[in-house]
Amino acid sequence: MEFTDDQLQRYSRHIILPEVGGKGQKKILNAKVFIVGAGGLGCPVGYYLAAAGIGTIGMIDNDTVELSNLQRQIAHSTKTLGVHKVDSAKATFEALNPDVKVVGIKERINKGNIMDLIKDYDIVVDGSDNFPTRYLVNDACVLLKKPLVSGAILKFEGQVTTVLPGEGHCYRCLFEEMPPPGLVPSCQEAGVLGSVTGVVGALQATEVLKLVLGKGDVLKNTLLIYDALRTTFRRVKVPKNPACPVCGENPTIKELQDYDAEYCRM
Amino acid sequence: MEEARIDKKINIKGLHCPYTFVKSKIAVEDMETGQVLEILLDNEEAVINIPKSMEDHGQKVLKVEKINDTDWIIQVRKEKE
Ligand SMILES: [Zn+2]
Repeated sequence: MEFTDDQLQRYSRHIILPEVGGKGQKKILNAKVFIVGAGGLGCPVGYYLAAAGIGTIGMIDNDTVELSNLQRQIAHSTKTLGVHKVDSAKATFEALNPDVKVVGIKERINKGNIMDLIKDYDIVVDGSDNFPTRYLVNDACVLLKKPLVSGAILKFEGQVTTVLPGEGHCYRCLFEEMPPPGLVPSCQEAGVLGSVTGVVGALQATEVLKLVLGKGDVLKNTLLIYDALRTTFRRVKVPKNPACPVCGENPTIKELQDYDAEYCRM
Repeated sequence: MEEARIDKKINIKGLHCPYTFVKSKIAVEDMETGQVLEILLDNEEAVINIPKSMEDHGQKVLKVEKINDTDWIIQVRKEKE
């Protein structure tokens, strides 16, 4: 494909970068990225990926936009209150960049639909707000060998990690089992500073773009922890666990489990 | 001085930074290593910036020459992908 003059202008600050160039920008335009959740993390991730020109962005979320979302979910607006989040986000992203096709799915992600939904995408981004979904997405990506960029936030803290199945750790190498309900407060109970979702979402989008370009080092075998109150970033080594139940040498999880999908609107 | 064999010519007259460099860079990317690009331009700022940026990106600038009252040519040999 040849760039149009509009595309050369739109992506000029990318094309000038030696690590990107015209060839890298074409990789971005041909990439397909699936985002789980159109909330606090899904909004900034999708926003930057749309601006970058990711050709196809899949998004799944079953919720509609509420006023309490707008303190952090920047793809939505007062005008889209009551609208499905994936429709609201699609309108925002496609208005920003007509090169981008957004495929919105108004469902909850579950063990019955996830494999079919993500199988045609290059990279999966987890912007979900609960442990059952995080484990479901991890296990599905390991089983399908899909790169996964996982993010989480609570109060003033954010976490990001990148799972490259077969190469590095997975989420279960880090935390083998889900914490029991009630041990970790849900975001409904705990709150979150809105801008922290932007920091974590932008980190996730950057991991995605580096994977697409094949440049730099991603958070493989590493958990990055952002403490917004102290303004610190900490990198924690996460070795691949040979006894991991899903990506280890003798996995016990060979198909998707029953994940108790308790939703909290992040 | 021996004249280089020109493999490709582009005309970027009327364009400004950074599109002068963007157009030139895209042209170089589409060429083979060792081939020479000749750029025709009329933006004085780009006459300074393009050779510098090309060298920063690892390409070889063979010639920068004013050819008449308004125009310059720059010749660049592709050294690396
Ligand atoms: Zn694992």
